[in-house]
Amino acid sequence: MKKIYLDNAATTRVAPEVLEAMKPYFTDKYGNASSLHDFGLEAAEALEESRKTLAGVINAKPEEIVFTSGGSESDNQAIKEIAFSKGPNHHIITSSIEHPAVLKTCEFLEKMGFEVTCLPVNKEGSISLDDLEKSIKDKTILVSIMHANNEIGTIQPVREIGRICREKGVLFHTDAVQSFLKIPIDVKEMNIDLLSASSHKLHGPKGVGLLYVRSGVKINPLIHGGGHESGLRSGTENVAGIVGFARACRLCRIPDNKVKELRDRLIEGVLEIKDCWLNGAKGDKRLPNNANFSFKFIEGEALVLRLNDSGVAASTGSACSTKSLKPSHVLMAMGLSHVEAHGSLRLTLSRYTTKEEIDYILKVLPGVVEDLRKISPLGGK
Amino acid sequence: MAYMYSKRVMELFRHPKGCRKMENPDAVGEAGSFLCGDIMKVYLKIGKKKDGLFIKDISFQSFGCVANISSSSQTVELAKGKTLDEAIKIKNMDIVRKLGSLPSVKIHCSVLAVDALREAIYNYLKGKKLPIPKEVLESHKRVQKELKEVEHMREKVLK
Ligand SMILES: Cc1ncc(COP(=O)(O)O)c(C=O)c1O
Repeated sequence: MKKIYLDNAATTRVAPEVLEAMKPYFTDKYGNASSLHDFGLEAAEALEESRKTLAGVINAKPEEIVFTSGGSESDNQAIKEIAFSKGPNHHIITSSIEHPAVLKTCEFLEKMGFEVTCLPVNKEGSISLDDLEKSIKDKTILVSIMHANNEIGTIQPVREIGRICREKGVLFHTDAVQSFLKIPIDVKEMNIDLLSASSHKLHGPKGVGLLYVRSGVKINPLIHGGGHESGLRSGTENVAGIVGFARACRLCRIPDNKVKELRDRLIEGVLEIKDCWLNGAKGDKRLPNNANFSFKFIEGEALVLRLNDSGVAASTGSACSTKSLKPSHVLMAMGLSHVEAHGSLRLTLSRYTTKEEIDYILKVLPGVVEDLRKISPLGGK
Repeated sequence: MAYMYSKRVMELFRHPKGCRKMENPDAVGEAGSFLCGDIMKVYLKIGKKKDGLFIKDISFQSFGCVANISSSSQTVELAKGKTLDEAIKIKNMDIVRKLGSLPSVKIHCSVLAVDALREAIYNYLKGKKLPIPKEVLESHKRVQKELKEVEHMREKVLK
């Protein structure tokens, strides 16, 4: 059976070109970028080349890029180290739909004596700029609002958030793990002080990411040691991974209209199913590769595993799919009821997704939904 | 998060037994979990034989996950043909044992299945004005309390 991967918000396939670019750094150019000999120089050169590439795509300077182990680490460093550099009894603002890497970090800081405000979102999943402005006070040191949401793909008004933060003299961090190279980012124009990105969401390897830190922003390392990455992140650099990350970036196209067209075809087709709707925003306020639906009367884990049996890989925000048995905090924050979140299905595309694959899922999905509705006591009929 | 479901659980999930709405049942039982929001319904047809009343036919409907569907299906298999006295004695761990295993966070699905079955038996006995055993009364009280908590969610989806 053909396998169709529509869970690209979770992670992506490494592009063949990326794998090729990485290979020499395992086999021949395996030096430690801190070493003085040719092996070391080779690695250091590759590292700095990659840094330039990554800085270029967000209009940053190379020295503003810190390589990390991924999005979670970048989020942790940005928030914790800004907080700790100012000390407790300061105030941090975030949103209720952030990734756990941000939310749990903020919860942790709350326990450490910081005050945290979690901004609500409307039913499309957007924060209100008014709320933000009103929440900023003298003690506020940092605003951390994600660029685009991983579950529903809603894009926040980052440019306006950046402007407000700059005006009020508050640092602005954005988790751009999902939006990076899917929609344009210009850290200068958008007044972004700190930004997190991760390689494995854009056909690069797992375990590599970056933290952009605007020059002039004082931040400490999360990981102490030999003083790599200008002292901001110790540990022998993952050269192969970083080279792969940079290669993956050069392969991305913004905007990728093909992905968007296929996504719109998918949404249109799925919405023909009865008693189902799209969660999140429409049009330009949504990531081009994201679709998220709720189906009445059925449960998401059963839906995902039935789809898996049909060869389609998808994901859900259902309570039953989590260890905590809590439904997706994102869908709940948007005002969905427990039951509505129960029947949610996320389908996320990549540039490898084909029209045939979309047509295939449009063919099998109605049957799977109907099957599960037949056995549901709420089944409508 | 991915669970490792046992082979038996996946088999029953893919091909659930007795998973349908029953026409003209003698009794219906419903249970819901406010832990996860799952809801389950059990339908019974009751017959009479020498040693008493027995479950002639049983079916279920489930608004729930993989564990929920397979637990219901396993309960149907275990309860069919049993006398009411025997059926009342089915414990959730009997279901889990038959399923091979359930992830620990999914054990409550087996509880829900047994609860729905007991509710159906409760409703039957009550309708016929027959004596209701203590354990059935006890689970009835608990189930009604839980159902109240999931009721508001249900109304929302049904409207
Ligand atoms: C929005 C967002 N932030 C952070 C992360 C964490 O990134 P990583 O897996 O690289 O640690 C993810 C990925 O799951 C994400 O989607």
